[in-house]
Amino acid sequence: MNMELSRRQFLKTAGAGVAGTTLGAMGFGAIEEAYASTIKPFRLVDTTEVRNTCTYCSVACGILIFAKGNLAKGEKADITHIEGDSDHPTNRGTLCPKGAALLDIVKSETRLQYPMIRRAGSDKFERISWDAALDKIARAFKDDRDANFIARNKDGVTVNRWTTTGFLAASATTNETAWCTYKTVRSLGMLVFDNQARV
Amino acid sequence: MTNSWTDIRNTDLVIIMGGNAAEAHPCGFKWVTEAKANRGAKLIVVDPRFTRSAAVADYYAPIRQGSDIAFLNGVINYCIANDKVQWDYVKAFTNASYIVKEGFAYKDGLFTGYDEEKRDYNRSTWDYEIGPDGYAVVDDTLQHPRCVWNLLKAHVAQYTPELVERITGTPKDKFLKVASMISECSSKTKTMTSMYALGWTQHSKGSQNIRTMAMLQLILGNIGVRGGGMNALRGHSNIQGLTDVGLMSNMIPGYLTLPTEREPDFNAYMSTRGFKPLRPNQMSYWQNYKKFFVSFQKAMWGDAATAENNWAFDYLPKLDVPAYDILRAFELMKQGKMNVYVCQGFNPMQAFPNRGKLAEALAKLKLLVVMDPLQTETARFWENHGVYNPADTAKIQTEVIQLPTTCFAEDEGSLVNSGRWIQWHWPAGSPPGEARTDAAIMSGIHLRMKELYRKEGGAFPDPILNLTWTYKDPHEPTAVELTKELNGSVLKDVLDPNDPTKKVLEAGKQVATFGVLRDDGSTAAGCWIYSGSYTEAGNMMARRDNSDPDATGAYLKWSFAWPANRRILYNRASCDIDGKPWDPTRKLIEWDGSKWTGYDVPDIAPTAKPQDVGPFIMNPEGVSRLFARGMMREGPFPVHYEPFESPVANLIAPKIRGNPVARVFKDDFAQFADTASKEFPYAATSYRLTEHFHYWTKNNHVNAVLQPEFFVEISEELAKEKSIKNAGWVRVWSKRGSVFAKAYVTKRIRPLIVDGKPVHIVGIPIHWGFVGAAKKGFPANVLTPFVGDANIETPEFKAFLVNIEPSTGPVA
Ligand code: SF4
Repeated sequence: MNMELSRRQFLKTAGAGVAGTTLGAMGFGAIEEAYASTIKPFRLVDTTEVRNTCTYCSVACGILIFAKGNLAKGEKADITHIEGDSDHPTNRGTLCPKGAALLDIVKSETRLQYPMIRRAGSDKFERISWDAALDKIARAFKDDRDANFIARNKDGVTVNRWTTTGFLAASATTNETAWCTYKTVRSLGMLVFDNQARV
Repeated sequence: MTNSWTDIRNTDLVIIMGGNAAEAHPCGFKWVTEAKANRGAKLIVVDPRFTRSAAVADYYAPIRQGSDIAFLNGVINYCIANDKVQWDYVKAFTNASYIVKEGFAYKDGLFTGYDEEKRDYNRSTWDYEIGPDGYAVVDDTLQHPRCVWNLLKAHVAQYTPELVERITGTPKDKFLKVASMISECSSKTKTMTSMYALGWTQHSKGSQNIRTMAMLQLILGNIGVRGGGMNALRGHSNIQGLTDVGLMSNMIPGYLTLPTEREPDFNAYMSTRGFKPLRPNQMSYWQNYKKFFVSFQKAMWGDAATAENNWAFDYLPKLDVPAYDILRAFELMKQGKMNVYVCQGFNPMQAFPNRGKLAEALAKLKLLVVMDPLQTETARFWENHGVYNPADTAKIQTEVIQLPTTCFAEDEGSLVNSGRWIQWHWPAGSPPGEARTDAAIMSGIHLRMKELYRKEGGAFPDPILNLTWTYKDPHEPTAVELTKELNGSVLKDVLDPNDPTKKVLEAGKQVATFGVLRDDGSTAAGCWIYSGSYTEAGNMMARRDNSDPDATGAYLKWSFAWPANRRILYNRASCDIDGKPWDPTRKLIEWDGSKWTGYDVPDIAPTAKPQDVGPFIMNPEGVSRLFARGMMREGPFPVHYEPFESPVANLIAPKIRGNPVARVFKDDFAQFADTASKEFPYAATSYRLTEHFHYWTKNNHVNAVLQPEFFVEISEELAKEKSIKNAGWVRVWSKRGSVFAKAYVTKRIRPLIVDGKPVHIVGIPIHWGFVGAAKKGFPANVLTPFVGDANIETPEFKAFLVNIEPSTGPVA
């Protein structure tokens, strides 16, 4: 018995159409068990598969994201692997060098974790709570809007605009985020509003 | 895209000009490979650089950046002169036969009505002659000297192959080869597709670049057909959606527009949006504008939008300038006229031109808010990183709040791909740390504003207090709740006028299509073009049936395409005037004697008779426009204009600098290099690499390893002239800033001979900055000029002037 039998060789043998039980019959019994314990369970058994699209360009390649834990069931889920979705009509499972490295952007060391504030003149960011950050933003919006809102122009036409605060929207967020953003921004009368379509 | 990625398989000829699909859209480019392998399609690439798209092309022609219109006008001239025109298409489906008003003229680079002071035109003569019946006058024989066809013919006659070579630097024989290959697609059974991207948009005349190709495609009969079309390869994954949903200063979702202050009331606003047909029988679909507008107002403000208050018309702000685009925003900021600015997943410090100006502008804000999954240069603009970001930290008084957001893998919702497919995706992972969804953050801001106005009162609180916000958890609306609002629903029962016991529409139900939206307040829809995406039958965007009967590439059951699940826009034009496909092997739809049927959802009323109703239903003419009327700011026909920074004067109009109607702020003009400047003799262009996505992937280990370091690309000839060694340090500078880079000396860039003189090209990839996993490096926007396209203000990143010298590298 060659104890150096590699995992690949083992799988090759198994892949030749020999079922586990037959392997046993062929005398692989002890080693089979040893190997079974070192082989990781199949990804499909161990992880949850979720369908998504590549976040980069608008070829919008279909992807499958595999995570330990099921978010849909309210569990904590840790993404372990991302690959192309072979059912997708556009990319048919393929990904480019950007899409192939998607896991890296999800797990990037420069992902932001906490709300932070940089105070006037300071050389660092400091932690701030979500409530304090949002309160501060709302206060700044309100004060600026009340001070600079133009209800009528010099000809007396109702214009109801606010141009001293601006909002730059993203390019990779969902339509639903876009709509939520649109409602919030436009209802304030804000006109300095743009997105990334230009670049 | 008028068509889709998967439709490219149907083409005979691909022209990649103004883009580089093989590198920037690799998996979409596979459909080009497919067409080449299975149909024997050919690929032409026209680009200043021998790109990876060029490397697999059947024919490559070099061109000087910023001279595409001269090239394409030359091709149009070639097609007209050689009778390579799809005549039946041109006569039936374009405005070739329309008579233009007396008084319209073009001379020395300018059309009638130019006002140099205002850098704008009085466009009143740029229109059709209107007959006593109220319709545009036409001459079907195309004999009238002022019919569009004859004006066009005269307009492009100047662009001979000789002139094209002198302007563009494309050798005459190469130009002629490309023109001849393109012209073959005037056959009814041959189709060309145009694939373009930022290589066309990022010019001060970007819109006209695209329009020129669209005109050529119409002359060849290639719009509305399988394997044809104008295919904009959109950059970011949902930039199409963000634009559809109207996140721009002058937009309302679904390509409706905000009022300007010249439209003081609702009647004045609607009076310019009536879109009366300009020819008999035409659909002129924008006649339904009011239905979409009122439904939008109802989606925003529900019961507060009533017939009595003109559907809350005054809740909308009115514009005093054409748009508050980003360039204007940063100009205002620099002038100290802005106080607070929010960047949501957008890194303008890298993405917009003239970084020095951007940094100066941000430092004048009181508060900058950044919402992003990643660290950005914008959020850290105040940090000193030596030569890479020489900020004077202690002096910068701007407060910065940085909020962590979820990324695609942790968020649910829909994205619109380049081909207008709205695809749903599901979240897979838990967000890091305390990151929240953008919807939760926006809700946090909105609910606080509501509360503050309720408590304290203040400037015009009504649109804030009355904003519809009926979500189960108002602090975090779900994607399904939001998308149902976008699709639209019925607010009040609508009864059948012939039989009032029957309901045509039932309150509380999702609308099935925008065709049922109404202007009496009984329907609401956030974005009319998305109607049909989430109906009573469920989430159409989540559909995953990838069957494709007869392999047409339509995939009608995969996700949902706007509008109305249509996969190819203007598809009625795939058939002749009698409704028979031009090319039976490429049938898309056809008229069966009583209705339109086929593989795609017809882009016309299903029972509209082919001889009566034109295919371009959004235009009041019912046909497409070779003559744009007053809709383009620089003219109804495209003219070659040089970039604002150009190595040569404009050969056809030497006195005109850049695009004569592009908006330029005063201080920025002073920061442009002179035409044919000795100080800045080289023509630079920015570009992307396949291994990187803008300024995001420098945060990834893998991509940072693949392309770790900033470089600039130059020809062997220029390297020799300047004693620059491959992989050696160089300094590159423009009138706005200076960068250090490694030199990449290649054969992919060659000097071009422009009007007898060599022009050297410097290629500048855009991907580096001072945060992330890649080496610190300079972004291209240190160098680029602060000026945008005259119609939509996309910055002129693709053509500007620099100088270059060998260097010992940056001193840290
Ligand atoms: S994998 Fe590449 S081609 Fe596909 S969407 Fe992502 S970036 Fe685009």
